Amino acid sequence: MLRFVVRRILQMCLVAFVLSMLIFVWLRSLPGGPVSAILGERQTPARRAALEAALGLDQPLHVQYLRFLERASQGKFGVSTKVLPGEDALQVFLDRLPATVELSLLALFLAIALGIPLGYMAARRHGSAVDTGAVIFSLVGVAVPVFFLAFLLKYFFAVEWNLLPVSGRQTTGLDATRVTGMFVLDGILTREWDASWDAFKHLILPAVALASIPFAVIFRITRASVLDVLDEDYVRTAEAKGLTARVVRGRHVLRNAMLPVVTTIGLQVGGLLAGAVLTESVFSYRGIGDALATAFREKDYAVLQVLILMGAVIFVLVNLLVDIAYALIDPRIRTR
Amino acid sequence: MSLRRNAATLTAAVLAAATLASCADSERSDDGGGEGGGGDGTFVFGAAGAPEMFDPFYATDGETFRVTRQMFEGLVGIEPGTAEVVPELATEWTPNDDGTEWTFTLRDDVTFHDGEAFNAEAVCYNFERMFDQNEAGQTAGEYWGYVMGAFSNDAENSLYQGCEATGEFEATVSISGPTSGFPTMLSLESLSMQSPKALEEGDANGIAAEGEGFSFPAYANAPVGTGPFTFGEYDEANGTISLARNDDYWGDAAQTSELVFRVIPDESTRRQELEAGSINGYDLPNPVDWAGLEEDGNSVEVRDPFNILYLGLNGEGNPALKDLNVRKALYHTLNRDQLVSTQLPEGAAVATQFMPDTVSGYNTELEPYAYDPEEAKRLLAEAGAEDLTLNFAYPTEVSRPYMPDPEKIYEALRTDLEAVGITVNVKTASWNGGYLDNVTAGKYDAYILGWTGDYDSPFNFVGTFFGNLKENDFGTEAYPWGKQLADDLKAADAVVDDAERGAAFETINQQIMDEYLPGLPISHSPPALVVGPGVEGVVPSPLTAEEFDSVSVGGE
Repeated sequence: MLRFVVRRILQMCLVAFVLSMLIFVWLRSLPGGPVSAILGERQTPARRAALEAALGLDQPLHVQYLRFLERASQGKFGVSTKVLPGEDALQVFLDRLPATVELSLLALFLAIALGIPLGYMAARRHGSAVDTGAVIFSLVGVAVPVFFLAFLLKYFFAVEWNLLPVSGRQTTGLDATRVTGMFVLDGILTREWDASWDAFKHLILPAVALASIPFAVIFRITRASVLDVLDEDYVRTAEAKGLTARVVRGRHVLRNAMLPVVTTIGLQVGGLLAGAVLTESVFSYRGIGDALATAFREKDYAVLQVLILMGAVIFVLVNLLVDIAYALIDPRIRTR
Repeated sequence: MSLRRNAATLTAAVLAAATLASCADSERSDDGGGEGGGGDGTFVFGAAGAPEMFDPFYATDGETFRVTRQMFEGLVGIEPGTAEVVPELATEWTPNDDGTEWTFTLRDDVTFHDGEAFNAEAVCYNFERMFDQNEAGQTAGEYWGYVMGAFSNDAENSLYQGCEATGEFEATVSISGPTSGFPTMLSLESLSMQSPKALEEGDANGIAAEGEGFSFPAYANAPVGTGPFTFGEYDEANGTISLARNDDYWGDAAQTSELVFRVIPDESTRRQELEAGSINGYDLPNPVDWAGLEEDGNSVEVRDPFNILYLGLNGEGNPALKDLNVRKALYHTLNRDQLVSTQLPEGAAVATQFMPDTVSGYNTELEPYAYDPEEAKRLLAEAGAEDLTLNFAYPTEVSRPYMPDPEKIYEALRTDLEAVGITVNVKTASWNGGYLDNVTAGKYDAYILGWTGDYDSPFNFVGTFFGNLKENDFGTEAYPWGKQLADDLKAADAVVDDAERGAAFETINQQIMDEYLPGLPISHSPPALVVGPGVEGVVPSPLTAEEFDSVSVGGE
């Protein structure tokens, strides 16, 4: 197992290195750039040239990349030009990470907590009204664009019924102590319960919007997987042996059906990062997705590079964890 | 999993939480907690973007200036609701005969937020600080470079030549020659007065180029000015900037004890926040929402237009456009009355020249080119350009006060051009993704662009467009009159007498429209801001430079 983990981490380093080069070249091959974003209507060829020279953007691409590698080896990934001007891009990532982790965890929790039981129930009552209703519900989750769902959620729950906040992470003027950057956890750690509850209320709508697609995917995979497993000989054998329904469900059906579901959940983490760009933007939720959207719009190269790179690293790490979980669930994997 | 293992896991989790909880203490102040601010209320404004930092000298964007404007003041200010220059930290100013030395009489009752005295020494310290920038600072200090031309390493080419404290409350600033922009330019946020002590202690000039950006010194996040609000904190994680009332302010105290800016980039979310009552106002509501916002009890405050939308033309890229008759023909094809009434907000106006009527030097005699497709066809035929083809471009992913929806404006203009037989090749690029670069590089025959004035100076409009012969988006260097126009603009700008200078610019405006027509001025649009019920005292500024110290937040 250790060798497997080490090998995967080495692979991850290689992926990160190649990706850094691709991102570097890709960003600079796009039209426009930070100079346009900074100068706006004021740009003239002379001002443009001066700013490009000051930022080192007038150098050949390979020189720029070597400088980037040199700085990266010292832990410096360049400073932000627009997201948080003057701040190291890696620090921007670290500052924004807790918000996205908090949001993603709740979204993932919602997707799993709803998707697996509903998927299981739909499969057990295959062809019933419950099954049909749940399938339609999941289709809506996939089909409705996140920004539209977000708009509806905000309109009804925040504006019309005034139950939840429209956007942001915490109510303005709330004197909350920051510890980890995850506001709900911070409130618990400092026993500022009102701050924690307030942050949680701010999380609900974006988490529901973000969970819509992973929920639908997890639901459908669970349903299909349970349907497959229910047809397996060993389930019939278990039932014939006279095992209780609970044991058959828990030990034979659900456990075996979970293998593809766990893989799917791992893949959904990547999807959550992608979904966070839109969700965080429409909810003005200051996480990585919001920073990524701003960085792309304003051509903040340093922040874009770090966020995309770190997104890839997180994706690979989560999939590594999924593989480990997979091995724990299915002992056969460990012996291979 | 057995019951015993479940219990063990739960116990471990509780212990972990308890251990973590013991590591973190609340840092709440005794009077903290709860929502909202103190006794006189909090005005919460929804900002479209985060500020870059808080030293206005290095700032370049409106969202930063919106915040710093509440904390800093200049020697001269702007009369609320107008673009007119009025006394601020200086009570009066007088030039010498040739307009190269300006003596400012300063207020004697002003202190900076850190308790330091504001006097002539502080004024000269500020000027020298702005003038004496390192290489990175010269690039980042964009506004100084823009209005003063150069820094201390190139002093000969700088408008600013020196500052002398000629009394405790009297400072004399020397400039290289008279210009319509001085001292009006001192109302720019970037040129505000800051505490010398704080500048020194925070190493304010310690800016450095790092990687592909600039790293700013500590002072950039601890600004100290003289204005009605003092800096509170920037809660980056929550996207809020809090300012507190300056109780020692020399003028009338701010009406609210706290001013908060909440960063909400999405316009529809800003509207929903206003409807939910969690913010008290926001900038640039979509014009299609104005009526609905008013119906809901909000106040849409429309500013006087201080901008220009134009159709730029590039004779270098398309030689047919070098013919004045062709350019006039294009102008006659455009149904600008219809464009203004259907695509622009209420209060927008058809432009007759390259500046709005609130700027000195505006020529009231000029009439708009009439919408006359037949005349356009005749002129095109006369020029032998009946089969004219234009690479005509518009930007995406942008909204500007002078063009709320570029695509719709473009479609209206394109339809008019095609109606007289002109073939239009549609070109487009995102604002930061190549559009501006392509305009500057002359890659489009025609394009839409505009300008919002920085201050009340004719040169800030027409000088920006045509004053630099070598570098302008209209390619005027290629025309026989290009140099003459640039020279005339510089000469007019150097006229000391206000009335004479205004007359000179009026003449130039007439020449630009009748004889040169380097581009086609389209319209002036009034941007608006909206405030919720109970908010009073907002004075909309043509320069989008509202000061919020006069704003009060009452009950609903």
